[in-house]
Amino acid sequence: MSEEKYIPKSKLGKWFDSRLPLLTLSHHLQAYPTPKNLNYWWTFGGILTFCLITQIVTGLVLAMHYVAHVDYAFESIEHIMRDVNYGWLIRYVHANGASMFFLAVYIHIFRSLYYGSYKSPREVIWIIGLLIYILMMATAFMGYVLPWGQMSFWGATVITNLFSAIPLVGESITTWLWGGYSVDNPTLNRFYSLHYLFSFLIFGLVILHIWALHVPGNNNPVGIDVKKNTDETMPFHPYMVMKDLLALLFFVTIFLWFVFFAPNVLGHPDNYIEANPLVTPAHIVPEWYLLPFYAILRAIPSKLGGVIFMFSAIFILMLLPWLDTCKVRSATFRPIYKKLFWLLVFVVILLGYLGAKPPEGVYLILSRLGTFYYFIHFLVILPLLGRYEKTDPLPQSISDPVLDKPGMLDKFKKVASKYEGENVKSFK
Amino acid sequence: MLNHLSKFIIKFFIIFLITLIPFSAFSEEKKINFIKTNWSFEGFFGTFDRSSLQRGYQVYQEVCSGCHSVQHLSYRNLSEKGGPEFSIEEAKAFASQFEVEDGPNSEGEMFMRLGRLSDKFVKPYPNVEASTAANGGAYPPDMSVLAKARTGGADYIYSLLMGYDEVPTGFELDDGVYYNKYMPGNKIKMSEPISEGIVDYSDGTNSTKAQIAKDVTTFLVWASEPHLESQHRMGFKTIIYLIILITLVYLSKKKVWSRFGSKEEEEETFDKVERAITEYEGENPKTFK
Repeated sequence: MSEEKYIPKSKLGKWFDSRLPLLTLSHHLQAYPTPKNLNYWWTFGGILTFCLITQIVTGLVLAMHYVAHVDYAFESIEHIMRDVNYGWLIRYVHANGASMFFLAVYIHIFRSLYYGSYKSPREVIWIIGLLIYILMMATAFMGYVLPWGQMSFWGATVITNLFSAIPLVGESITTWLWGGYSVDNPTLNRFYSLHYLFSFLIFGLVILHIWALHVPGNNNPVGIDVKKNTDETMPFHPYMVMKDLLALLFFVTIFLWFVFFAPNVLGHPDNYIEANPLVTPAHIVPEWYLLPFYAILRAIPSKLGGVIFMFSAIFILMLLPWLDTCKVRSATFRPIYKKLFWLLVFVVILLGYLGAKPPEGVYLILSRLGTFYYFIHFLVILPLLGRYEKTDPLPQSISDPVLDKPGMLDKFKKVASKYEGENVKSFK
Repeated sequence: MLNHLSKFIIKFFIIFLITLIPFSAFSEEKKINFIKTNWSFEGFFGTFDRSSLQRGYQVYQEVCSGCHSVQHLSYRNLSEKGGPEFSIEEAKAFASQFEVEDGPNSEGEMFMRLGRLSDKFVKPYPNVEASTAANGGAYPPDMSVLAKARTGGADYIYSLLMGYDEVPTGFELDDGVYYNKYMPGNKIKMSEPISEGIVDYSDGTNSTKAQIAKDVTTFLVWASEPHLESQHRMGFKTIIYLIILITLVYLSKKKVWSRFGSKEEEEETFDKVERAITEYEGENPKTFK
């Protein structure tokens, strides 16, 4: 990193830092240069860290009162809700926290897609981020099983059954996952254990994610490299800390509004009915944040095919840095990509809507179209677009004052296009 | 900066609302228009109507408790803040109307004793199977969290209680099954539980059918969310606190960022550049600098 070398002032500090450079780390985190043109979509990294810590802390307290046993799990949740001091608050924060975590992570991912943050040299950050996202889905799924309500039980049954579609070893894998021949007490116990473990795996990956970020530094809305330690960057503390804090407080307000005034709207009422292996709910629906993948799963007529497509939908994102061949990062300078980006957002939300609908009639047709487009977008459109799209000229630096104002960027581009053919580079 | 922030907030809310679309799909599953009632416990400042809760408890005991359990409530809850708020003596008296199995004693025998405040509500049947067998094969659900376990919540319960009606012609019903407008599938195994005057209210309230339905629904909402009042109170305080905090942080942020050149300076440079661009538009690009 290009910051100047940090030397602790005190003697004790020097002694300690030469043995374990914690002071250097702390200095680095404060002085970390961030592009000054980062907008509020860049505050979601901090918000997500907050979400993770909230989940871990509330989860820790819940684990002190929860009983992972098919006969007592549902009852222990009610014990937490009624008899534990502020147990209702802790549980509602944890349950809604999961939804808020996903809301933030989706914004974070789509921000990355819009501004091309996954492109060189940030591929590793992107891949670690996706691993975090996958672990988040697994953790959230297992967490939803723990209250042992109807949706817990039947959701677990449907999802674990997916593995039985794998040829030859599928049945054995499912039995192994269950710890028996159906979703039962052993399943609940291991899900509890793994749910607890995964949160710390996520925590570890988050550290790697941030570490990998601090090597090349932040991307920015203009998407061109910034010159570090010039007037194009500002130290993380206090500038970004204040900005992140302000955005975080807005986010927390929405979060707590749900907790206090609508704590159950994001869940399914059926999960307040204790699990009953003999009664299947009318519709088995996963939590909202898994719905787009659920729609893809059901769009494919064969079970194995559905499973393959569903997992591919996630793993295809890992290849994105190489599928998107365009060198220009920010969609601001990619007129066609910008439109396709919003189309993709629309398709994903549509798939989410369809995931909550029964797979029949027009819903099924739309699911198939949506799934088709989702894959075409990544596998066909992006590679071709990199080759054929005519991108707008890039400014020379992010500190171009012209770019600071809304509307000016368009004006700049308009003027620049008049002088096409001339040396655009010299345009200042 | 305010401009940037407000634009961000607007965009954020739009995206936020769009992500809510999938949820609406949940609630659209069954398009039933429940009877809308004004519930005192709804909204920002919602609190329970104390006397309605007390009457609701009476209805539960006299009408529902023959078949339905509320196994997660304890008798002590009846005297706790935010609930029906009976006096401790009254709650003790309610508890002692029941016999509870306890033990084993020092001889290893189970024995029966009078109910105490710390006991859970006594169940009408020892287990789900006994309850199902005694009710023609349909398990009368435990009502501890019923208001949260049904789409529509309080409105659903109220509508269901008021929704018994003449069977429409051509609608097939088996023996022991009743027609209800608001039950999914319109078939229900519970006979109409309440009717005018089925309860003789001890506080002298006129026991119309609607009144009884309203009271028992209120009671069930409290049973499923006994801390609802403190939840609302704390929520209101928290939001006020956050608004103040956001204002302070916003001002601090502005102050901190102003070190990077004042707004006026920025504005000036911006105007200059804008003027330069408009002046040179269409001119010889060579002179454009």
